[in-house]
Amino acid sequence: MEFKQLIFYFFGTVLVFAATMVITVRNPVKAALFLVLAFVSAAGLWLMLQAEFLAIALVLVYVGAVMVLFLFVVMMLDINLVRLREGFGEYLPIGGLVAVLLVAEMAIILSSDRFGPAQMPDPGALPAGHSNTRELGRQLYTVYAYPFEIAAAILLTAIVAAIALTLRRRKDTKYQNPAQQINIEPRERVRVVKMRSERKN
Amino acid sequence: MSFVTPNMMPAAPEIFVFSMACAILVLDLFLSERLRAVSFWLTQATLAGAALLTLKVMTAAPVITFNGMFVADRLADFLKLGTYGITFFVFAYSRDYLRDRGMFRGEYFVLGLFGVVGTMIMASASHFLTLYLGLELLSLSLYAMIAFQRDSSVATEAAMKYFVLGAIASGMLLYGMSMLYGVTGSLEISMVSAAIGRMSPDNVILIFGLVFVISGLAFKIGAVPFHMWVPDVYHGAPTAVALFIGTAPKLAGFALFLRLLVGGLEPLAGSWQTMLVIIALLSMAIGNIVAIAQDNIKRMLAYSSISHMGFFLLGILSAGANGYGSSLFYILVYAIMSAGSFGMIILLSRAGFEAERLEDFRGLNQRSPWHAFLMMLLMLSMAGVPPTAGFYAKLLVIQSVIQADMIWLAIASVLLAVIGAYYYLRVIKLMYFDDATEQVPIRAGWDAQVLLGFNALLLIGVLPWVGTIMELCRQAIRSLS
Repeated sequence: MEFKQLIFYFFGTVLVFAATMVITVRNPVKAALFLVLAFVSAAGLWLMLQAEFLAIALVLVYVGAVMVLFLFVVMMLDINLVRLREGFGEYLPIGGLVAVLLVAEMAIILSSDRFGPAQMPDPGALPAGHSNTRELGRQLYTVYAYPFEIAAAILLTAIVAAIALTLRRRKDTKYQNPAQQINIEPRERVRVVKMRSERKN
Repeated sequence: MSFVTPNMMPAAPEIFVFSMACAILVLDLFLSERLRAVSFWLTQATLAGAALLTLKVMTAAPVITFNGMFVADRLADFLKLGTYGITFFVFAYSRDYLRDRGMFRGEYFVLGLFGVVGTMIMASASHFLTLYLGLELLSLSLYAMIAFQRDSSVATEAAMKYFVLGAIASGMLLYGMSMLYGVTGSLEISMVSAAIGRMSPDNVILIFGLVFVISGLAFKIGAVPFHMWVPDVYHGAPTAVALFIGTAPKLAGFALFLRLLVGGLEPLAGSWQTMLVIIALLSMAIGNIVAIAQDNIKRMLAYSSISHMGFFLLGILSAGANGYGSSLFYILVYAIMSAGSFGMIILLSRAGFEAERLEDFRGLNQRSPWHAFLMMLLMLSMAGVPPTAGFYAKLLVIQSVIQADMIWLAIASVLLAVIGAYYYLRVIKLMYFDDATEQVPIRAGWDAQVLLGFNALLLIGVLPWVGTIMELCRQAIRSLS
């Protein structure tokens, strides 16, 4: 076995293991951490495919930003695992049967010759100055400009939806209004009370 | 792939609706609560403007732009015009309902317009990527609209169910598309079709991808066995949102089916035909039979929508230009009927009261003979009773099935339609032959009243022009090939 293949199988095994743990482990924090491991192994596989930019973006964006935020949310939420698992056993036989059948059918097809290594020709070595980032950028902003814009529209929809669903003004909370605080005049702040001095005796 | 600077003109309606949605979003922030209706009227004006713009840029020959990602043909224009019209009615019906329930906010209409843009993108997609992104844009807006009443636990639950199941379905669709991409080497629908034409049609990977694509599609239109979300979502969502889900997105579903199965995978018709026969038959059977047991009219209409999706698939599965044309006609008529039925529920509801039980329709004739008459028209059309448009829609799809030499399927669908007639007729019986339990007068805005009357009468008034509309549908389909 070549060294490259060894690395591939290493990352592949870790990825499958981590992905399985994400959905089977009981503790949501651990699940999130396993998802981080899955992302890192996937990034490793992408590096081997010479997709450096995507690999780095996956680590930076997903592992660095998204998953950290996700972990915060999971830790903040008080998820009641006992209630989540209610009815799990009840649906297990039918759900398990469907899952086993689906996986078996997929396995039969995916392990057929059509997916064998012989069917996938080697893409060939890239020239020395090849920049993955540049090629991606060029495609994204020319040929794929229209889908790129639609993706932006989807993100905008997500922002509008998230704000519309969560923002509400509560009347009973106490808050400061900085604009009013700054706009104040000196005489509003200090009230000079004129009075005669009091005598002590 | 070489890059050609795209001609943006054919996409002018999309750009217009999206820009207007953004403008309304910003403008709405500066409006006081009293002037909130301005957002509503601007939304309606946007839909009208988009219709004018679509008619203006419409060309007889298909135009492909954005490097093969966007196509403007008769089918796209037809579906877009249908979407504007139906969404216009939907928003007009919902105005008072939303105001009574504190949902009358600019964001609601902005999300609705984003959904319309998603539908338009799907209608003129000629690439797997744009098809998928349009679908996500539409679905995301729908999820948010369902959960819009954030304090209602039923609505939140419905939104959550729809979101999780929708994500799984999108995953399936994407997985299927990736398989097709792997085999054909292209995401552009016309190139996929050409590549499949050169292969043997029993290529196992193609079929494998096809199975996942069909599962994803069947979920999105809510056909059996991927229908579980439909009753819960229709029931849980605020009626105004159920009205929206039950109408315009169905046209988007048609676009999905036609662009993917007919545009891209027509060489595999032999394979998807069999799958669709099973889905259609089960949808008609389960939809019509389970609807009988419902006492909530929104749930009943949800099951009725499942059965209608079965009928709609009859036209697609007969795999011929005639069949596709009758499917287009069916889905259009269904969207109009659905808009009218949910519009009637909204009309009978008032602040703090939802007319969503069948009981609430009891003795409607004593309260308002006019509304009872309109509801009767809608129900008769849904059941497919002769002098209505619903009858012609059913007749045409069944005819196309007979042309495809599937007599047994035609007989089964007629029998199931007869079973389905029971629960539509039950509503009529409740309205005319039972005594009213309450005597609250019906009050609703004049515009909603007029539009609803027009909507219901359309189903019978359209009769002299059925042939013309059918011809338009056929023309739209012809532009595809």
